[in-house]
Amino acid sequence: MENPALADRGEQLARLQQNIEDLLAEARRRGASAAEAAVSNSTGLEVAVRLGEVETVEHTRDHGLWVSVYFGNRKGSASTSDLSPDALRDAVGQACSIATHTQEDRCAGLAPAELMARELPELDLNHPWSIDVEQAVALAKRCEDAARGADPRIVNSEGASLGTHAGLQIYGNSHGFVGGYPSTRHSLSCAVVGKEGDSMQRDHWWTSARAPEDMDAADYVGRRAAEQTVARLGARRLGTRAVPVLFRAELAAGLLRHLMGAINGASLYRKTSFLLDKLGEQILPSFVRVHENPHRPRGLASAPFDGDGVATRAKDFIADGVLASYLLDHYSACRLGMQTTGNAGGARNLSVSMGERDRAAMLGELGTGLFVTELMGQGVNSVTGDYSRGASGFWVENGEIQFPVEEITIAGNLLEMYRGLVAIGNDCDFPGSTTTGSWLLERMTVAGE
Amino acid sequence: MNDSLEIARNSILAPVGLGDADLDRLVGALQSPAIDAADIYFQSSRLQSWVLEDGIIKDGSFNIEQGAGLRAVAGEKTGFAYSDELKFPALEQAAVAARAIAGGGRQGVVKIGGLPLERRLYEPLNPIDSMDDAAKVELLHRVDAEARRADPRVTQVVTSIVAVQDTILVISDDGRMSADVRPLVRLNVNVVVEQDGRREQGHSGGGARRELGYFLENDRAMAFAREAVRTALVSLEAEPAPAGTMTVVLGAGWPGVLLHEAVGHGLEGDFNRKGTSAFAGRMGERVAAKGVTVVDDGTLAGRRGSLNVDDEGTPTHNTTLIEDGILVGYMQDRLNARLMGAAPTGNGRRESYAHLPMPRMTNTYMLAGDRDPAEIIASVEKGLYAVNFGGGQVDITSGKFTFSTSEAYMIENGKVGRPVKGATLIGNGPDVLMRVSMIGNDLKLDEGVGTCGKEGQSVPVGVGQPTLRVDGLTVGGTTA
Repeated sequence: MENPALADRGEQLARLQQNIEDLLAEARRRGASAAEAAVSNSTGLEVAVRLGEVETVEHTRDHGLWVSVYFGNRKGSASTSDLSPDALRDAVGQACSIATHTQEDRCAGLAPAELMARELPELDLNHPWSIDVEQAVALAKRCEDAARGADPRIVNSEGASLGTHAGLQIYGNSHGFVGGYPSTRHSLSCAVVGKEGDSMQRDHWWTSARAPEDMDAADYVGRRAAEQTVARLGARRLGTRAVPVLFRAELAAGLLRHLMGAINGASLYRKTSFLLDKLGEQILPSFVRVHENPHRPRGLASAPFDGDGVATRAKDFIADGVLASYLLDHYSACRLGMQTTGNAGGARNLSVSMGERDRAAMLGELGTGLFVTELMGQGVNSVTGDYSRGASGFWVENGEIQFPVEEITIAGNLLEMYRGLVAIGNDCDFPGSTTTGSWLLERMTVAGE
Repeated sequence: MNDSLEIARNSILAPVGLGDADLDRLVGALQSPAIDAADIYFQSSRLQSWVLEDGIIKDGSFNIEQGAGLRAVAGEKTGFAYSDELKFPALEQAAVAARAIAGGGRQGVVKIGGLPLERRLYEPLNPIDSMDDAAKVELLHRVDAEARRADPRVTQVVTSIVAVQDTILVISDDGRMSADVRPLVRLNVNVVVEQDGRREQGHSGGGARRELGYFLENDRAMAFAREAVRTALVSLEAEPAPAGTMTVVLGAGWPGVLLHEAVGHGLEGDFNRKGTSAFAGRMGERVAAKGVTVVDDGTLAGRRGSLNVDDEGTPTHNTTLIEDGILVGYMQDRLNARLMGAAPTGNGRRESYAHLPMPRMTNTYMLAGDRDPAEIIASVEKGLYAVNFGGGQVDITSGKFTFSTSEAYMIENGKVGRPVKGATLIGNGPDVLMRVSMIGNDLKLDEGVGTCGKEGQSVPVGVGQPTLRVDGLTVGGTTA
């Protein structure tokens, strides 16, 4: 079957836009003083192969709608997967009914009209992939074959999956703003199992992009999954100790995610952030810059406007190690007595300034310590910054990897961990909207045997 | 009596005009000689939520979702398509797409027949209508007031209430039609406390497959408010947690998340069929200390993890996984049971019509032993007493698992001492239960708050255990 590549997307866009107009009109008719709504649809194909055979073929097709109505400063919301006219009217009715019980909240309402995105930049997010089931299966097989053939210790597989999705999303509100755009996302992933003696390990790798031609090659994804799996075989534990820790790039992005969570408006006005009142203060060493570019062409998190309809804009969250901006939507900004940063829905395409050091140089800088390649569990207290997570990776001596380690924990406090950031590598090697190299932290507590 | 089937027919099929003849044709359209199994899963779900923050009802939301997932299985291959449009042409198109997995074939004809529910673990009620909206809002205000009354150091309270009615109708290739109407309610309390510039958070809450009046019974909602404040205040006093491997006493109830992570996932049929679980091929072997018996029981009345029938229409079971320390059972859905030559255990679950079913846990717990919990604590010279946890995670293949404490104390000379900060505990699933040296007589199930994630799909689950002494778990604190 053909992957529905949506030849008639212009028409669909117009229809969804009409859905928005109808929702807003229905809200007005019911007496709402303001309203906002979003509708989306997406279709896709997902195939999974395992041990060279097809495991699943899934055809996905989703619709969604949400609406919020405001009666002065009282709010009500509703959502549904049914876009029929009756369902749209019901949804607005439900939202209005909710609003008869919610209370005056001075910040509830739309973002100011003058902040709405006026022009929508072309972000090049729409690259449908006309791949059929057989081709998708062939590519997934090729990926898994590359993994299984990479090393004789790869003895089993969780398989490889290919997914391709194309969607439309539209947001509008009673300021008269309506904006929408089509986007696509494609991914290929592989997970294999290795065995040596009594040690059995799995690992995975993946690639994801807006356009098929931007994806990493299937062979590379498979080989990398295999290499990472094999490297973990024979992992040992470590004794309890305090040592420097190198977070591989993908995990360094996680450290950044905790930071973004702590400067998120909702955490700030609820006072549940370990970075409360830190705006303008040094929280990382001065060599660190964290920049957001929401208009990166083909960016996985690119968007012309945020969830409030506010124009997104490039900015630094961290400049010279100083917290330069919070991450705010209209509501949380109002609660803090500030103005929205156009981040309803989160941060979009962060990049961390990378230094001159490649992986080997970072390991050299680590000297003797722990190179963490996987983290497990939650274990982060967002109020205090206390951090304690399960880990696996490699023990490093004099800049050389000695042996894989597992069943240990690493612990510290994020405020101190950020202050103790020694260096950032240029070894960004993972797909995703954030780009950063590995992070070397001065010292953490490792718990083990 | 079979209200569920009637309710499901009336609420899902009747509004879109789908009759038995249409269903016969759809199941027929999924079949071909190469197809071993097929099913259609209809779902209609309604959710209402209310949030109180800063002393006011800030937001409320109503969500309606419905659709159907159509699946055809040939050997180990599964074809799947779903539609959120329940009109016949859309469903037929989905059926053809799903069946393509087995190549072309001729259409079969199947006669559908309703299957009565064997038992009822919860009433087929709509919890959203079980209390009027004004009363829900009033309940949240009372919970908020109770939390603020409990201690002057409380600076922030966020409470929420969620009610869901999930109606499912599943038709399998043999014409068997089963339905289940699943109520689910949940109440959460989060507080922030502040003292001398130090802030901490506390959480509590619970839920069940009941009407909202559940929260009014036994002062339950108010007790959640006080519990959230109590845990936050304990955290205010907490000192850095220890680092290293030590004796850990796990409290009764929610700490059973240990079982869910350490052994539960590893005993799901799919991982064992594929040989990717650290428990694969270990049936009949000792995997836990003598006295350790672990079950997965989907048949507990009113529990969050319980189901009358699973998402493939199989009645849920009480499945013994580990008996007196010996591995005796896996959890199965239909696909894995067939491929492993085993019987389905009623563990075939899916997040929604848009997801494929897999073997999943229901309520997983360890049976009680005979030790007095006080005696267990008194037996420990130096160790950690962990009474509450956040979530956990497991690597099925290596067997390594983590779970993170949210309330824990040092034990010194057999006495519970100072509270310590949250820390992640890490261990090895296949041997952690071998280190269980004492089992309490105080089996308790959790308050009904668990959600399990697997391959991106979330389902409600329960856990439980008695107080346990584990000789040697690694505690991820900061002080050596």
